[in-house]
Amino acid sequence: MKRRGLRRWISNGMVVIMAVAVVVAVMPLLLILGTLVVKGAGSINLAFFTQTPVPAGETGGGVAHAIVGTLMIVGAACVIGLPIGISAGIFCAEYPANPLARTTRFLADVMIGTPSIVVGLFAWTWIVARQRHFSGFAGSAALAVLMVPMVMRTTEELIKLVPNSLREAALALGYPRWRTSLVIVVRTALPGIVTGVLLAVARVAGETAPLLFTALGSQFMSTDLKAPLAALPLVVFTYATGPYEDWHRLAWATALVLIIVVMLLSIAARLATRQRFDRKG
Amino acid sequence: MRNPVMRAGAALAALIVAAGPACSQSLVGAGATFPYPLYSKWFDAYNKKARVQINYQSIGSGGGIRQFTQGTVDFGASDSPMTDEQMAALKGNVVHIPTVLGAVVLTYNLPALGATPLKLDGATIADIFLGKVTQWNHPKIGALNPGANLPKTDIIVVHRSDGSGTTFVFVDYLSKVSPEWKSKVGAATSVSWPVGLGGKGNEGVTQQVKQTGGSIGYVELVYALSNKLPVSLVKNAAGQYASASLEAVTAAAAGAKLEKGTDFRVSITNAAGAKSYPIASYTWLLVKNDTPDAGKAKSLKDFLAWMVTPEAQKMAADLGYAPLPDDVSGLVRERIKTLKSGGRPIA
Amino acid sequence: MSEPVGAVAEAAVPPSQPRIQTGLGGRSWADLGFRGVLTLGALAVPLLMAFLVWELWVGSRLAIGRYGLDFLVSSAWDPVAQQFGAVPLIFGTLVSSLLALVIAVPLSLGVAIFLTEFAPQAIRQPVAFLIELLAAIPSVVYGLWGIFFLIPFLREHIFPFLRSALGFLPLFQGPIYGQSMLAAAIILAIMVMPYIMSVSREVLLAVPASQREAAQALGATRWEAVITAVVPYAKSGIIGAVILGLGRALGETMAVTMVIGNRHEIAASLFAPGYTMAAAIANEFTEAVEDVHLSALTYVALVLFMVTVLVNAGARLLIWRVTRGAPTGGQGL
Repeated sequence: MKRRGLRRWISNGMVVIMAVAVVVAVMPLLLILGTLVVKGAGSINLAFFTQTPVPAGETGGGVAHAIVGTLMIVGAACVIGLPIGISAGIFCAEYPANPLARTTRFLADVMIGTPSIVVGLFAWTWIVARQRHFSGFAGSAALAVLMVPMVMRTTEELIKLVPNSLREAALALGYPRWRTSLVIVVRTALPGIVTGVLLAVARVAGETAPLLFTALGSQFMSTDLKAPLAALPLVVFTYATGPYEDWHRLAWATALVLIIVVMLLSIAARLATRQRFDRKG
Repeated sequence: MRNPVMRAGAALAALIVAAGPACSQSLVGAGATFPYPLYSKWFDAYNKKARVQINYQSIGSGGGIRQFTQGTVDFGASDSPMTDEQMAALKGNVVHIPTVLGAVVLTYNLPALGATPLKLDGATIADIFLGKVTQWNHPKIGALNPGANLPKTDIIVVHRSDGSGTTFVFVDYLSKVSPEWKSKVGAATSVSWPVGLGGKGNEGVTQQVKQTGGSIGYVELVYALSNKLPVSLVKNAAGQYASASLEAVTAAAAGAKLEKGTDFRVSITNAAGAKSYPIASYTWLLVKNDTPDAGKAKSLKDFLAWMVTPEAQKMAADLGYAPLPDDVSGLVRERIKTLKSGGRPIA
Repeated sequence: MSEPVGAVAEAAVPPSQPRIQTGLGGRSWADLGFRGVLTLGALAVPLLMAFLVWELWVGSRLAIGRYGLDFLVSSAWDPVAQQFGAVPLIFGTLVSSLLALVIAVPLSLGVAIFLTEFAPQAIRQPVAFLIELLAAIPSVVYGLWGIFFLIPFLREHIFPFLRSALGFLPLFQGPIYGQSMLAAAIILAIMVMPYIMSVSREVLLAVPASQREAAQALGATRWEAVITAVVPYAKSGIIGAVILGLGRALGETMAVTMVIGNRHEIAASLFAPGYTMAAAIANEFTEAVEDVHLSALTYVALVLFMVTVLVNAGARLLIWRVTRGAPTGGQGL
């Protein structure tokens, strides 16, 4: 009886310890979000969104150039990466036994684990060194390389979830194979694919390392992908490691905006997936 | 584009673009962080004046030399003149154009010291950065600062983690005043530091010193001033303590007389003269002797011509950089006239 | 359509539709074209990988030629003398990542077990979601928070306490800069925790309820049931999750470079600054003046790439073994 009491005591003790672990695990999130809001919210005003930077050491200015830059770079990355990622995903899901599909699936997992700085270096040797200038386009290429495996895997997983009965019904009704895949299967899986895309976009929008030696950065408003471009994560990095108080202020505000955008995309993606699973039961 | 999110994003981008300013020419440069506060101001002012966007990335002199050599930027910037080998890699197609004079200062974080500036000499600075003097109340520092309240705390050395012209100026000076430094570490844009933390750019070192009690680092004067950090006095070759004032830096430059046809690659550290500040340096823009693209060549030449005008040089003085001496400005003007594009002089 | 959904494919083409053109093997040209487009997309992945490895290899050739495998055992990183050795980088990467795991793994496992076995149903999903949000925070934002919040906090409160309490260990001796190996390990721990936690959770959910029920039927307490029946069943998957976390930690760049101190040195003390492979590449790449310096950094990237590939491949293999055949995630939420 005494032994059992001790064991039960240990069991309850461990539960308490684990509950404490949960509190400790959630704390950093609250601390980070809290610090960002406290230090950054005050600087988020119209000037922040619409002005470009002032010379180093002076106060004022904003990050409009970086907002446009991020939109351009991420947009171009999507144009490059999404068609490739989605077609690869459809291929691997529709022809799963194909050796190419197996290789691609395995390599995509490997690519997802590749450090983004290595991808940035690759984009530098591939594009910047050959073209002999930095460009937003090289940054987009680096981000596309990051996006392709992510989008591919989520597309594949979601298409696999479409029940075979749907495919068989379509084929039975006389739809050719390609139409079955494209119109029936993909359309059914589309909400999931879109959420996979949103997650990938959220992830690459916050990446700094691949842009360090590709897009390089700029103080000016520009939409020219063939030249260096500003980007929100680059602004955070440059201003955070600089000595000017005003730069720090802008870094906090930019980080807050960045994290809001990234989190909104992630949360939207997750909610959509949850609905999807609930619907399927 | 099949993704509706992307379509919306592209439309938004188009809206913002439509509102943006049109510009005729743009240049990309990279390099020294030493003159970055000034260049940032110059390029902003010049953009308003001439509608030319000059995008300058402050990545360190080493980066400026590397990117300029590689041809990925239109011009470089460095406080360390290129070596003969580096110039050979470009087959001599490089011109060093001095822009201003600056001072490398020792800045520190020692609230206990109060308002009196620290006094240091070359040998002691070398010993601190060699890791031989490790605490603030070391007798060597005490001897130079009688009566100062030096605490018994660790000296936290901060140096550059990137390839830096500021580093070059600093270690060039140390190599001149400390034979041990010269043999153990040497002088280059990037050295193997015996001790200390690495900060990226002048910005990073300033940041580190500001945040870390008991630290000491070397930065360009303007960074210390604009961040209200204390600056030490340094004993010069004549045995006098000099502060990094505009006059002291200009006095250091006066020692090095530049001849006609000079390539401007001159070191003015540990200069002679009673009033000279010993850790001073020119900073240069690296431009091609012959820039193939005519539009860029013209924009660059026009900017350089504006840069030596009293209007631009006054901005330098306002920020704490010493303007080019008159005779040097004259030599620069003449050199700019010889820049070419496609083999022919620029219009 | 009133035909049952399960109608089998023997139904012929309805007479009102035209005959489909057939090409090779009875498939239409449109089918082949479609498949061709998809194949191109799928080919892109192996091609990109091969190209990446090739570019890294070509870029490192100069350094490999000059230093060979000595690069991996030499410590000097001297751009002046053009001596490059990656040992401090490798050391820093391994130490910061392993230390991060030491902090993160007990935390993540505790949370994962709590959320799958003990927590009230109502809070399971929300708490898991909150922790997974940590994975969405960009690395540079962690770095920003690290510089201005975590490091001053560590430097003023935690490190002096550790030095006074545990200073007899060489791990906790020496000057306190703030930027340090320990700071990097702490930030990395926060960053990898959501990954380890969520994968462990999936793996634990894949364990059949019969395991726990059997243990409890034999008289185990709830904790004992978990630790003796559930966790061992999921063991290889959990190890896989941990190794996945390791893989992420090894490649982290921005947050680490902002808090680790950027010093090419192996030090015994956790308060000393260090360097990682990824941070060195980020800091020095645009500024490597000598060709051999650039090539040395590319060599570092190649090493880093190979290490992360091996680690990630190993992790996925282990996770796959446990969850193979089990229903995919989304259960019991």
